[in-house]
Amino acid sequence: MKSEEKEDRGRIDISTEECKGCGLCVEACAPNVMQLSDGFNSRGYHPAVYLGSGCTGCGVCFFACPEPGAITVFTLLSPAKAAEAASLSLATTTL
Amino acid sequence: MYAKSFQRPKSLFGEFSRKSGDHLTTHYCPGCGHGNLHKYIAEAIDELGMQDRTVLVNPVGCSVFAYYYFDVGNIQVPHGRAPAAATAVKRALPDSLVISYQGDGDLAAIGGNEILHCANRGENITVFFVNNAIYGMTGGQMAPTTLLGQRTSTSPTGRQILEEGFPMHVSELLASLEGPSYIERVGLFDNKSRMRARKAVKKGLQNQIEGRGFSLIEVLSPCPTGWGLTPTDACNWVKENLLPVFPLGVIKDVTADRENWNRRRLEVTPERVAEVLGITHATAEKRTATWTDSNVATCYRDPRIKLAGFGGQGVLFLGKLLAEVGMREGFNVSWLPSYGPEMRGGTANCAVNISTLPVGSPLISDPSVLIATNRPSLDKFAPEVVSGGVILYDSSLIDTAPTRDDVEVLAVPATAIADSIGSPKVANIVMLGAYIGLTNVLPKERVVAVIESMTKKKALVELNIKAIDAGIEHASKAHVAEDSWAV
Repeated sequence: MKSEEKEDRGRIDISTEECKGCGLCVEACAPNVMQLSDGFNSRGYHPAVYLGSGCTGCGVCFFACPEPGAITVFTLLSPAKAAEAASLSLATTTL
Repeated sequence: MYAKSFQRPKSLFGEFSRKSGDHLTTHYCPGCGHGNLHKYIAEAIDELGMQDRTVLVNPVGCSVFAYYYFDVGNIQVPHGRAPAAATAVKRALPDSLVISYQGDGDLAAIGGNEILHCANRGENITVFFVNNAIYGMTGGQMAPTTLLGQRTSTSPTGRQILEEGFPMHVSELLASLEGPSYIERVGLFDNKSRMRARKAVKKGLQNQIEGRGFSLIEVLSPCPTGWGLTPTDACNWVKENLLPVFPLGVIKDVTADRENWNRRRLEVTPERVAEVLGITHATAEKRTATWTDSNVATCYRDPRIKLAGFGGQGVLFLGKLLAEVGMREGFNVSWLPSYGPEMRGGTANCAVNISTLPVGSPLISDPSVLIATNRPSLDKFAPEVVSGGVILYDSSLIDTAPTRDDVEVLAVPATAIADSIGSPKVANIVMLGAYIGLTNVLPKERVVAVIESMTKKKALVELNIKAIDAGIEHASKAHVAEDSWAV
């Protein structure tokens, strides 16, 4: 597991109900941090799950996945970018 | 702090509400390449800022329902005809981004002709050709792209050269034409090939926006269900079996030399049409006719006329004449012929609408008027005439009167009358005379004027006028006789 001061470069969200369990993302994942769940979703597929750490945010799982919205990939922003994004979201909320 | 970097493209719906049942997932099988390609196309449309100007032409095949997913303009077309429809859309709306999305059964077999000519014209459209070497939707039958030895439900012992021929290399075939600008083959089987496919998709769309002409991206796509493999094995199968036969790469690229391949839209205005047809405002009469204040009885107004007989009796011409006269009178008209290949002796019929209302359909299944000039036509169409309608038949040729008692029936010995005034050929005009004599729907003067404008020989015009008069006279005599009988 990662130490607390060093965050992963990326993380992913998997919409379990949108996953058909084809396993292409698991195959594609370079850092090997995905697998198919032992459990089922409501359609009877073993959905893909993220192991919780080690994601680099590269996005290959997103492009390997045939479902439009099953995987969303996030990347870690640099401190400067994060500050900028925070001020932008502040600006939009105050508007 | 994290930010979304890869997410559902905006050009795909957030929820698939057009789809019945489950609105969350696509109807594609697990591991199917269509979903990937949908994402790449949508991603490129987003990046190019073209969502509101994209028209996706949906084919027949598994991707027939692409409009469930793409939040762009969509049309769905018959099997194999996507390039023709895309051509029409692109020429009508040159600023739009037109995508023809087709499978290998659709593009290479049924639509082989369409894609060939579309590519040869160098239409400025983008074609995505999803090749999975099989007919997926219908259950895995052999396609033109099926590999030698590949077992499908219609090649159960494997494709054989002497039985089904060689796998068709569509991209190479099209690249041999001068028309296409860009043809590339990509695959969807590993990370590298998927990234290459994304690039090609964007390039294909970019080419169109820049007016560089016809682009086709062939996509070797896994069909786990059709091939009977797991999704990961299907990807390996693409790599091991499809790649050696269908090598990846740019097959043709002349985009650098191509500019302004977008056709300029033809401005078609009513004025321009009138100019081309030589119609001036003096001759172009507006559709302003009404039945009110006329001497036409209510039951005869807005007639739906069926004219039927042997080929050669002039029923099609008679219908055209009625429509022409009606048009010049200011009615909305239609004329729809139906006939066999024979010039003489076959059966022929046509349908004519003369209406104060716009004509919704030129088809007539419930005629209010039947003009029949032979027995089979009378037998066939008399039952279709609406109650209260009119049947006129040539009693010189038909010896049995129709049995309907809820319609007005007028027997016209048209051939005999025509023969007596000069030629049996004008029997059709005698029928016309009888019809307008009975109903007053169209004035004789206008009929004569139209005949005069169509006929150069003066003698023929006179014969036709005599035929009209004879028909009108017969109708009025018959009417009088009927009235006196009724009294």
